[in-house]
Amino acid sequence: MQPLEDLKVLDFCWVAAGPMTTSYLAEYGATVVRVESRRRHDPLHTSPPLAPGKGLNRSGYYGNYSANKYALGLHLGSAKAIEIVKRLVAWADLVTENFTPGTMERLGLGYEALRSVKPDIVLFSTSMLGRGGPHSKLPGFGAVLSSLSGFTGITGWPDRDPTNPYGAYTDFIAPRFALASILSALDYRRRTGTGQHIDMSQLESALQFIAPMLLDCANNGREGSRTGNRHEAAAPHGAFACLGEDRWVTITCMTDAHWAGLRQVLGDPAWMQSERFSTLLGRKHDEDELEAMLAASTRIWNAEALVQALQGAGVPAGVVHPNKGMLADPQLQHRGHFVYYDKPRIGRHAVQRSEFRLSRAPAAHNWPTPFIGEHTRQVCRDILGMTDAEIEALIEAGVLEVPE
Amino acid sequence: MMLAPYRVLDLSDERGLLCGRILADLGADVIQVEPPAGNSARRLAPFLGDEPGCERSLYWWSYAANKRSITLDLACADGRTLFERLAATAHFVIESGRPGEMAAAGLSFERLSQINPALIVVSITPFGQTGPYATWVASDLVGMGLGGFMYVTGEPDRAPLRVGFPHFYLHGAAAAAAGAMLANAQRALTGEGQHVDVSCQEAVARSLANSLAANVMEGAVIVRQGSYRQTGADTFMRITWPCRDGFVNFQFSGGASSGQSVNNFVRWMADEGAPDDYLLSLDFRSMGYGMITNETLERVVPPVSRFLMARTKQQLFEAAIERRILLFPVATLGDILQNPQLQAHDFFRAIDCPQFDRPVTTLGPFARASATPLKGGGQPPSLGQHNGAIYEGELRLTHTDLIRLRSAGVI
Repeated sequence: MQPLEDLKVLDFCWVAAGPMTTSYLAEYGATVVRVESRRRHDPLHTSPPLAPGKGLNRSGYYGNYSANKYALGLHLGSAKAIEIVKRLVAWADLVTENFTPGTMERLGLGYEALRSVKPDIVLFSTSMLGRGGPHSKLPGFGAVLSSLSGFTGITGWPDRDPTNPYGAYTDFIAPRFALASILSALDYRRRTGTGQHIDMSQLESALQFIAPMLLDCANNGREGSRTGNRHEAAAPHGAFACLGEDRWVTITCMTDAHWAGLRQVLGDPAWMQSERFSTLLGRKHDEDELEAMLAASTRIWNAEALVQALQGAGVPAGVVHPNKGMLADPQLQHRGHFVYYDKPRIGRHAVQRSEFRLSRAPAAHNWPTPFIGEHTRQVCRDILGMTDAEIEALIEAGVLEVPE
Repeated sequence: MMLAPYRVLDLSDERGLLCGRILADLGADVIQVEPPAGNSARRLAPFLGDEPGCERSLYWWSYAANKRSITLDLACADGRTLFERLAATAHFVIESGRPGEMAAAGLSFERLSQINPALIVVSITPFGQTGPYATWVASDLVGMGLGGFMYVTGEPDRAPLRVGFPHFYLHGAAAAAAGAMLANAQRALTGEGQHVDVSCQEAVARSLANSLAANVMEGAVIVRQGSYRQTGADTFMRITWPCRDGFVNFQFSGGASSGQSVNNFVRWMADEGAPDDYLLSLDFRSMGYGMITNETLERVVPPVSRFLMARTKQQLFEAAIERRILLFPVATLGDILQNPQLQAHDFFRAIDCPQFDRPVTTLGPFARASATPLKGGGQPPSLGQHNGAIYEGELRLTHTDLIRLRSAGVI
């Protein structure tokens, strides 16, 4: 059995943070009806990588977040569409959305409106900066938030400009906080019969990932700085080049035992025997030189072989994986992290599993991300009880959409 | 509170503390079970007033707030027995030891389930409980490299780069809270607990945006591009730009929202007397998100850079809001403390702590809920603060026994 097999979700989420949040729900058994229209489609449909061809439903980025969901093609621009939404609200336990604050309200689908349809509904909203406040309605997404959250400012080399962490980074932090709070609200509803509106500012969830530095600044007045890959209480602590093109190994010596293991693996060359490198304080004092000497020693190694040798000696070390290395990583393969699908338009693509395994709850990987409107007829017939004639008339009228 | 009926026994150290913190913010009674010498996170910098001390670690403050604390040595028979008594009525156990470490202490999932079949045990490890890396030693840097994040972050002419604050275990610990609540949903249906096996490596792998898909579908290896970002085999965008007094984040890309924002920016340049004919000839909205080629970027970067360098981040941000341009300051920590949106949300709060000479500023909650508000950052428990309440109050040990256990180093 699956933990969420009784859960019914009406999902308006788009881009990354929202659909990733509801992807966990679908993976663990919830019936997730994803509402989308070709006329105002998820921007990820046109985001790379795109399979060759024309039209929507070709993006591998989009394809990663909606497997096992039901796709309802519905254009929200008519009164009839809003009526259909309200019938789905009456069916649902949970409604999820990550539009700019005010959008749902403008559509007549704010929390109060939903509550009048279904008094115990749980509405989950998330946006860049949350409801209320002078910047609430600013549009934007994760790559921007990496900068507002301070991540960009503290990431980089001391002698260079700050570096934005890859991708819409905060979009992938928010879903864990989101899922924990959604499932908690649903548990509260199960126990008490009371629904509620959760509003999550993705800035405020992201800041939990830098909290100690913020408290340092607020209480001690210390501004953050960029330190590359270095660590205040470890040395060496960095990525070092190996044989081949752009091949790197991370090595971190947090203890004497790690340093001893590193010396042993590298054959204890003369420079490592130097007295000044025998203590952490000594290694920190001459860290530039330490790193240069170490880089010269690792350069003759194959990256995988060096990592195997270092791990064998108890030294924290790992390959720096490029994307193709991730796909071939033996541990991720052991976990079955990537589920591959083949589907028209998008072709062969991968969907990532959740990052946990539950010993008694199998994850579902039944179908890949559907095309916009792929389940329109099924949802309208089976959930809303519409007749085929009604459905076809609404498709004809442009209210409902099915794949072209 | 959403999770008021639930009790969590948190055995984790700095690698897992955030999981219990999230459940505590949602209202669970989270008891941090600390070794008698204190949780290792209490020894992590930074410290309040830069004075090291077991109640002054701001790392501890960040991730142990809203919890209670008891001390207990799980390596001795008395400690194990007391833990089993607590586990018999608890709902969750969180741990971040090496795979097999709990079993070696006599507290395997199987053993704990015998004591309490409804118990959910959450294990947070770098790579998961089994598999070729299960016994590997990790660190934040090692994890961010093996999670694929470092390779795509940093400058093209230098080594791959980590995020400037350790995030590897935070990704796993945050995901663990979500996994715990999934297991809880199943327990509501079946009455049974289960083991939640979290891999921090997989959690980081889920943070790679479209990079993995680019290799599966196009065979592209995405490389780090400094202020730029590679989005596909031949497509890029620019993210970070210098301005007069710092840096701004201006996502220079096509797409429905980014492209419209760039169009608005190009119009602003023209309004300010710096029109660029080539820029004005393009419609970024009709380009796909992240679909700009290098040739286009090379032509547009110089005029855009000149325009930005003539203005401060505050000037740029104010105009961006007015003209609906996706441009934001690259915030310093000080900027974040002054962020008007966060101030309107009363996000930073100074709380009074009698044992310190001044109020301590902490962060607000990660979300807001209409019926059952979440807790923000309060003062974390002092070491063993709740020993009396738990051991005497709940387990009914006598005060004499408590003193005996203290002398024996059990608590």
